[in-house]
Amino acid sequence: MGSAQQAATGTRPSAGVLQANAVGAGDMVQLLDEGGMRHADGVFSPYIDALDAGTLRGFYRDMALVRRFDAEATALQRQGELALWVPVVGQEAAQIGSGSAMATADYAFPTYREHGVALTRGLDLADLLKLFRGVSNGGWDPRESNFHLYTLVLAAQTLHAVGYAMGIQRDLALDSAAEPAAVVAYFGDGASSEGDVHESMVFAASYSAPVVFFCQNNNWAISVPFEVQSKLPLVNRAGGYGMPGIRVDGNDVLAVYAVTRWALEHARSGRGPVLIEASTYRIGAHTTADDPTKYRLNEEEDSWKAKDPLERLERYLRAEGLAGDDFFEQLGNDADELAAHVRRATLALGGADIRQKFATVYAEAHPLVAEELAWFENYEASFADAGSPTSQGGAA
Amino acid sequence: MTTMTIAKAINEGLRATLENDPRSFLMGEDIGSLGGVYRVTEGLKAEFGAHRVMDTPLAESGIVGTAIGMALRGHRPICEIQFDGFVFPAFNQITTQLAKIHTRSDGQLSAPVVIRIPYGGGIGSIEHHSESPEALFAHTAGLRIITPSNANDAYWMIQQAVACKDPVIFFEPKRRYWLKGEVDTEHPAQDAFTAQVVRGGTDATIAAYGPLVPVALAAANAAAEDGHSVEVIDLRSISPIDFDAVEESVTRTGRLVVAHEAPTFGGIGGEIAARISERCFYSLEAPAIRVGGFHMPYPVARAEEHYLPDIDRMLEALDRAFTY
Repeated sequence: MGSAQQAATGTRPSAGVLQANAVGAGDMVQLLDEGGMRHADGVFSPYIDALDAGTLRGFYRDMALVRRFDAEATALQRQGELALWVPVVGQEAAQIGSGSAMATADYAFPTYREHGVALTRGLDLADLLKLFRGVSNGGWDPRESNFHLYTLVLAAQTLHAVGYAMGIQRDLALDSAAEPAAVVAYFGDGASSEGDVHESMVFAASYSAPVVFFCQNNNWAISVPFEVQSKLPLVNRAGGYGMPGIRVDGNDVLAVYAVTRWALEHARSGRGPVLIEASTYRIGAHTTADDPTKYRLNEEEDSWKAKDPLERLERYLRAEGLAGDDFFEQLGNDADELAAHVRRATLALGGADIRQKFATVYAEAHPLVAEELAWFENYEASFADAGSPTSQGGAA
Repeated sequence: MTTMTIAKAINEGLRATLENDPRSFLMGEDIGSLGGVYRVTEGLKAEFGAHRVMDTPLAESGIVGTAIGMALRGHRPICEIQFDGFVFPAFNQITTQLAKIHTRSDGQLSAPVVIRIPYGGGIGSIEHHSESPEALFAHTAGLRIITPSNANDAYWMIQQAVACKDPVIFFEPKRRYWLKGEVDTEHPAQDAFTAQVVRGGTDATIAAYGPLVPVALAAANAAAEDGHSVEVIDLRSISPIDFDAVEESVTRTGRLVVAHEAPTFGGIGGEIAARISERCFYSLEAPAIRVGGFHMPYPVARAEEHYLPDIDRMLEALDRAFTY
């Protein structure tokens, strides 16, 4: 019986892959430790060994860009330009690693914190802020980037991801020349308790859907620690659904990239879903409305800052002579330019037009919407002499 | 013209859809080999295969949630929820996700999912098998809700639901599944999202839908014996509601009774009464009167005859309307 990992490489098994029929947690896959030292893994190292220096620098670059973007968005919120912001700091490796592992035809269903994945899918990060500025509940065309809209109802998107993967299977059934592709369903440790995650894994397993469940376990569901969600690492649940599970150091971009590549190939080739649990930490607040000092200790945050995903890769790149001061200096400038672009683009966003909302409630004509829009237009027109009721601010 | 039951008409409508649209497929619990608990999908798996008629895991949120994903990929899922009372595990997916995907994508995406739900009481069944939850969905913008009351509409409206680019909840009047009627498979029925006058009259209008349309027609016949000419409108669509058709009728008759099995409080009847009182104030001879279920969870089967609107309840409402 060929195990999944042997099928992947034909080499010795990785200690990190928890087989579908295994009991107990697999070891956590780590290819780059906190000190910037590489570690070998029979299954996953080859994915990294095949990468050129530019790709490795690219991982660092993307992580640095999204961290700078995140700081700018937080500042915009503090300055009153955004209603809310959802910081990603600390989770850059989990996102850049997994997003970079996706092929162009693959499709990602994010939560609302996957800013790093958005970068890897080619989005203009300024588009992410439309949601948080209140000018759109979407902000981009998912068909252009294969990066779905953010979903705020926790775990709802995991079912959409499985359905989308089943749709890929249906495409292949209708047209054998259709391009195989896989889907990544992002969710967090908090959402893992939602019933939709369970149902999505049941469906994915039943239909061998080409989907990778990518859980960023950042240890906190707002103020509730992971221990309240689960007594064991979430990867243990994979076996119950009959799918392989991999627990990975989520702050190690190399390991995340490698395990996601492996999982996507597994899914794409028709062998069914995979669960990845990326162990990471939300260094910042849940959102800009949150106050972590009320529920967790500085010591815990400090211990995770020592595992910073950027610092360890910088150490590695410098030690190996793959990047030097010039690279990091230029990157700092590029990151500042990205932040400036995001700020400019955000401040240039217009308001929102309620007429556009009337126009998009339904895809086809709808008499009630038409009637209410007509009423609204008449109502607005009745203020024509005095300006719109909103612009006159209630002054009589 | 062929005579068939409503269940068979839906079955034939689904068959036509599966034949005409290769991206359409059925999914739900027990719909394959069994043909559904009401046999509405009987024979379709044998004809089209398990890939087009999918037995799913027993999980309503999973059914609707994965249907959304497949629709986003360009497919046309037709989901079956086994009973009205079992739709609520999917309520979140229907109201927060399915209903909103078009608008939250600023019109770029659509999820044309059809959800078939057998609904209503009168079958002597156990708890959760006799409910009429349509108002809960009608309150959610982004959804369309239709319900046939006869075989011809059943055959055509299910096909029109699948053809619609918006999500459609297709409520099937389960106690009328075995009601036979003529089906014209050559000439499409009128637009599924419009109402139809099914009996002309001059003195009062009864607006009903789904399982209560035959009751309304019987009440109108009984009223005729007392010398009252009662018009009956089959609303057919619960969202949108064809207020123009109701207005046109009430403007002529001056009296309106709205009937549904669902509780009157917060229901479709109240919405119609309010709109028609605004539109037809000077034509009304009496306030619009609602006939419906009481403000209680659907009662036990041996008490349901006192809960469900019947001919006498409609006649009582008409009598009240005529006293003004």
